[in-house]
Amino acid sequence: MPIDIDIAKVARLARIALGEEELERYGAQLTAILEAAEQVQALPTEGVEPTSHPLPSTNAFRPDVVTASLPRVEILAAAPETEDGYFKVPRILEAP
Amino acid sequence: MSGWEAVVGIETHVELQTASKMFCGCPVVFGAEPNTTTCPVCLGLPGAMPVPNEEAIEGILRIGTALDCEIAEHSVFHRKNYFYPDLPKNYQISQYDVPICHDGSVEIDVDGDASVIGITRVHMEEDTGKSIHVGEGGRIHGAEHSLVDFNRSGVPLVEIVSEPDLRSPEQAREYGAELQRIVRALGVSDVRLEEGSMRFDANISVRRAGDVEYGTRTEVKNVNSLRSLQRAIAHEIERQIGVLESGEPVVQETRHWSEDLGATTLMRSKEESEDYRYFLEPDLVPMRVDASWQARVREALPELPAARRARYKGLGVDRRTAAVLAAAPDIADLFDAAVSAGADVRLSGIWVTGELVAYLRAGDRALDETAVEPDHLAELSAMVTGGRLSATAAKEVLGGVLDGDGSPGEVAAARDLLQITDAGAIESAVAAVIGEHADAFAKLREGDEKVLGFLVGQVMRATGGKADPRQVSELLRSKAGG
Ligand SMILES: [Zn+2]
Repeated sequence: MPIDIDIAKVARLARIALGEEELERYGAQLTAILEAAEQVQALPTEGVEPTSHPLPSTNAFRPDVVTASLPRVEILAAAPETEDGYFKVPRILEAP
Repeated sequence: MSGWEAVVGIETHVELQTASKMFCGCPVVFGAEPNTTTCPVCLGLPGAMPVPNEEAIEGILRIGTALDCEIAEHSVFHRKNYFYPDLPKNYQISQYDVPICHDGSVEIDVDGDASVIGITRVHMEEDTGKSIHVGEGGRIHGAEHSLVDFNRSGVPLVEIVSEPDLRSPEQAREYGAELQRIVRALGVSDVRLEEGSMRFDANISVRRAGDVEYGTRTEVKNVNSLRSLQRAIAHEIERQIGVLESGEPVVQETRHWSEDLGATTLMRSKEESEDYRYFLEPDLVPMRVDASWQARVREALPELPAARRARYKGLGVDRRTAAVLAAAPDIADLFDAAVSAGADVRLSGIWVTGELVAYLRAGDRALDETAVEPDHLAELSAMVTGGRLSATAAKEVLGGVLDGDGSPGEVAAARDLLQITDAGAIESAVAAVIGEHADAFAKLREGDEKVLGFLVGQVMRATGGKADPRQVSELLRSKAGG
């Protein structure tokens, strides 16, 4: 089956701005990756349990115990803009 | 809406009240100073690794089991990818095709009309941060900028998805209310709608009565009260019928309910917004909930609201009282303990759903902040049925007990509310009144029942209101030879 990938859409969904030449180049690279995956997918897997994680482990939980949070000054120091203890961000949606 | 049928499904989000967050040890608290309960994990800093909170998994298993779901022996976490300032990792850890609980149901009853609402799935995820939109009256559209608080980021969040089995705004509201009661009974969340620890999204469509195909649906997001849920759905049904009757199609879109406008308004139309590029969360290993874990959860479930209502019906508790009790597990437990201690079912039901609830509400108190014990209600009940205390005085005594003034006996004595039960004392008061009002008593002898009330009143006055009026009227009747 030929690989059909809308690389411009993938880039848009990932919020990555790509130029024409980049779309071309990454499109070809991703197609090669998907073709490799195609080959794996063509293998007969009847009766084989799906692998959801490479580690043969389950239930790696932690007890419900509170540990120290970071001081606010420290986390806000990493923000481009702050206001009254909040992270300040540009407007989220344009007016309709 | 004659000729039309509404089809509604509801997604309910419930924040679990664990001590720590879903994937990190930051505390789960409501109302803390902004950005004071965060760490590299819940801020999505590079390299930070999530570790699931076992208590949260226990909590969702309790919810799923209570909703009669199948528990998946094997389930996994996925990443749901989207971009929003309150989502620091640019993905939310959630569950996708293998949720931990699925295929359950809940029974609801609207004015005696029972229906079973299917539960598609119950899955585990994490909450996002909170954005405050500044400018334009806090509306997201046209805001100058937004402020983000990540305290809520990573709080354990359970999503309960119903089948599109609801057919009216009233059913939808009752479904939301029943979920709230169930989760409260389980003790895994405080389910405070006004604080956002329980919130609803409703998917709504309409179709011609008798049609099998569903109509195009819209989604109304983030409804945060039961009343708003009912109103928003009612409005959206009306709106869609109006659109269809004018010959236009319903557009699939996300809408926002405005309590002020009493209407839904367009938030965004669905286009690419739904492409979340789910993939397996590589940082987390699968969950395995084996049969013995499932059995442990099942055995540890408390009595659920529906079971309580049924049991109270059997006890002869009236419908309204049973409903109030089933919605308030702590008060219902007190009621049960009082009845086991010998308290009268009807009197205890009146006291705990009447005086007690009013007392808690007036002082914004929790039950465990009061001094009342089950034995107090049993004692109070015995005083009333034994004629030592009037029903009216009992309510005042209960108030004193709640305030911590002592046992019912002590409060009644201290406030001089006890009735005279000494037969001799009542007898002499009655004799005195008969002597004083010989005319009236003569009329009673002749069978004129109208004067009975007057004579009883005189005895009550003579005893300072402390005689049992029933006992007094019996005595007067027997003396009159009745
Ligand atoms: Zn954290």
